[in-house]
Amino acid sequence: MAQVQRSAKQYDVCIIGSGAGGGMAAKILTEGGLNCALLEAGPDVHPEKDFKMFLWPYEAPHRGAGVGGRARENFGEFLAPNGAWHIEGEPYTSAPGSDFQWFRSRIVGGRTNHWGRIALRFAPVDFKSKTRDGLGDDWPITYEDLAPYYDKVEGYIGVFGTKENVPSAPDGVFLPPPKPRCTELIVKKACDKLGITCIPSRLAILTKSVNGRLPCHYCGQCGRGCVTASNFSSSQVLIPPAMKTGKLTLITGAMAREILVDKEGKATGVSYIDKATRSEKRISARAVVAAASACESARLLLNSKSTLFPAGLANSSGAVGKYLTDSVGSGGYGYFPQLEKMPPHNHDGVGGMHMYMPWWKFDRKNDFPRGYHIEFGGGREMPGVGMFNGMNRDEEGYGVSLKQRARKEYGCHIGFAGRGEMIPNPDTYCEIDPDVVDEWGIPVLRFHFKWSDYELLQAKDMQETFRSIVETMGGEYKTKTSIHGEYPFGIEAGGKIIHEVGTARMGADPKSSVLNGFCQAHDVKNLFVTDGAPLVTNPDKNPTLTIMALAWRASEYLLDEARKGNI
Amino acid sequence: MANESISRRDILRSLAVGVTGSVLQVIPAEAAEYVHQMVHKEKAAAPAGNYTPKYFSASQYATLIHLCDLIIPKDEKCGGAVEAGAPEFIDLLTSENHKFQLGLGGGLFWLDGYCTDHYGKVFLECAPEQQKEVLDLIAFRKNAKPDPTLSQGVSFFALLRNMTCDGYYTSKIGIADLGYIGNTSLREFPGCPSLPE
Repeated sequence: MAQVQRSAKQYDVCIIGSGAGGGMAAKILTEGGLNCALLEAGPDVHPEKDFKMFLWPYEAPHRGAGVGGRARENFGEFLAPNGAWHIEGEPYTSAPGSDFQWFRSRIVGGRTNHWGRIALRFAPVDFKSKTRDGLGDDWPITYEDLAPYYDKVEGYIGVFGTKENVPSAPDGVFLPPPKPRCTELIVKKACDKLGITCIPSRLAILTKSVNGRLPCHYCGQCGRGCVTASNFSSSQVLIPPAMKTGKLTLITGAMAREILVDKEGKATGVSYIDKATRSEKRISARAVVAAASACESARLLLNSKSTLFPAGLANSSGAVGKYLTDSVGSGGYGYFPQLEKMPPHNHDGVGGMHMYMPWWKFDRKNDFPRGYHIEFGGGREMPGVGMFNGMNRDEEGYGVSLKQRARKEYGCHIGFAGRGEMIPNPDTYCEIDPDVVDEWGIPVLRFHFKWSDYELLQAKDMQETFRSIVETMGGEYKTKTSIHGEYPFGIEAGGKIIHEVGTARMGADPKSSVLNGFCQAHDVKNLFVTDGAPLVTNPDKNPTLTIMALAWRASEYLLDEARKGNI
Repeated sequence: MANESISRRDILRSLAVGVTGSVLQVIPAEAAEYVHQMVHKEKAAAPAGNYTPKYFSASQYATLIHLCDLIIPKDEKCGGAVEAGAPEFIDLLTSENHKFQLGLGGGLFWLDGYCTDHYGKVFLECAPEQQKEVLDLIAFRKNAKPDPTLSQGVSFFALLRNMTCDGYYTSKIGIADLGYIGNTSLREFPGCPSLPE
C-alpha cells in the first residue's frame, strides 16, 4: 500500500491493548528499561471528566437509562466502559445456532475501568484439571510458579480479603475487608445453616492507602470509575507509572490490523489503522505483546497471515481461536421480609459485594465436573432505572398503593449470581468470518458457542442453591427457570459473563497449544500474548487477577530474554 | 437527609485534598470544578419549567401527564411522578426510541380509541370514575384473558407504569420517598446498624 506511514523510530516492544494484561506489560517492561509503544483502539480516559462518581440519576437528563433507554442493556449510562456488546462499525457475527455476546471496551484501561474488581486466585488444582478428572488439559505451569506473581500483583494493586484456608480459593496478600452489610449478614446466617462457606469477598479496592492512592470512600459506585483511583484500573494504576519512566509512547485510536513478520518468521512490528486520520500506520519493534483481549488477540493472529504463516501467526497448532470458554452464569433473586423492618441507613459500601461464597462442594461427588462460586448483592442501593420492574410485573396496579408497595419492598431484595467453570468443547470457538469486515477493513470474528450438559447441570445446581438460601431465611425465591427454552436453568448466553478466555492457550506441546508457559509463542519467539487468551482452563474465579499475574511473569521473562540477547 | 446538603463538588474537593506523593494523576480542584460545571450543564439541558415535548403532541402529552399522576400520585408524604419530572423523562426517551414510540405513542391512541368507543370521549375528557374504570381494566394482565381486546392496552400500561416508576424513583422526590441514604463520601463504612430478627 502506497500510503502506509512507517514510524521512523524502532521500539523495543509494541504492546497491543491497554487493559489488565497490556497495562501490566507496559509497567513491567518500561520499568525494566525497555522503550514501549502501547496501541489502544479507543480514546484516552480522563477520570475527573469521564467518570460519573457521585452523580445522582436526576442530574442527568436520561436518569441513567441512556439515549432512548438503551444503556439499560449495557449496565446503565453511568458505568465506565466505552463500548459494550455492540460497537458501531466494529461488528462480529455468530454462526447459525450460536449465541455469543462479545463485550468490548475501547478506551485506555479497557474493561478494567468498569469491571467488578473481583480478584480471586486460581487454586493449585485448577492448573491440573485433566489429571484430576480427565477433562480439558493441564497447564504447563503450576500454582507454585504463579504464586509469587499473585503476591506481587495483590500487593501492588491492593486487594481486600481474609485468610480462610479454603482449598478452592487460596488466600493472598490482603488488606482488611469492609464490614458486612445487613443483607450479607442475613445470607451468611443462611449459609451457616446450610453448610455453605460464606466469607469476606476479595476485591481490588483499597480499604487502606496504597502507594499514595486514597482508601475507598464507600460510595458504592466502583463501576462508574473512581476519580481517586481507590479501586484498581489499568488506566489509573498501571499506565501512570509506565508513563513516568519516560519510556512509554501511548498511541490512542489505534486499531491493530496485523502483526508483521520478516523472512525468518520473527515479528517486526504492527500495522494499525489510525482511526483519526483513517490511514494505515506501522510501528517497528523488536518484540510484540498482544493484549487486546482474548478474542481480539486471536482475531489479530488469525488475520496476520503470510507465506510463512498461512493459517495465521503462531498458529501451526491450529489452536488459535479454539478452546474458547466463558464462565457459566445463572442468576436469581429473592424477597426477604425481615428487611422491611430495617431503618433507613447507608448501605452503599464498596462498589461490590463484601461477602461471597467460594466453591464449597469440592470434597464430594457432584453431578457435574468442577465448581462455581456465588456472588450476591441487593438491599438499600441507590435507586435506579428498572428497580421496580419486578415489583410491577408481580403485583401490577397503580396509584397510592403502588407507592406504598415500593416503600415497603425497597431494599428487601437480594440477588444471587453463580459463576462456574465451563469445560472447553469442540463446538465452541471463534474464527475469521469469510464475508464480513469492520469499518477499518479488518476481517471480523465469527463465534461458535455451545453449552454442554456439564454447564447446564451446574446452572441447575446454582438455582437450587439460591432457592435454598432464600427459603432458609423465610424469604420468597422469585426467579422461575426450567430445563426448557433457550436458556435452561437461567444459563446466560456465552460471553455475557465477560470472562472469555483460552483462544491462544499455553501448553507444553506446540502441536496443541499456541504459547509456552511464559506466554511466548511456540512459533515466534519474540511474540507474547498476555490477556485472557493464554488461559488453559477457566475455573470459577474471575480471570483478571490471573491475567495480571501471568502478564507480570511473562514480562519479566521477556526482559530477561532481551538482556540475554535472545529477542 | 444529611447528605443532601453536601454537593458533588464539595465531595470531590474534599477528596482532592491531601493526596501527595501518588504515582497517579490525582484530581485537582479545577477538575472537581469541571465536573460540577458538567453536571450543571446537564442539569441546564434537563427539562424544567415550560417544557415543550420532543415527541408527543400537545394533547397526547397532556394525557401522559395525567396518566403519570394517576400511576404515582402525590400523597400525604410527598409529591408524585409529575412533580418528579417523569413526563419529561418519558418524552425524552420516547423521542429517541422507535419501540417506545409504538408502545407509548401508539398506546395513547389506543386508550383514546377505547374511551371514545365506550364513553364517547377521549380519556382526558372522561369523568374520573370512567378513567378509573379503564385503568382498573388495563392495569392487570388477568383482565386480558376474558377480554382479549384489552391486551394491547395492558401492554401499553405495563410499559408506561415501568417508565413512570423509573422517572419517579430516579428523582430527588422519589429517592427521598424510599429513604435511600448514601452517594456520599465516608471515612469508614459503618456496616449493618443491627440485624433484624
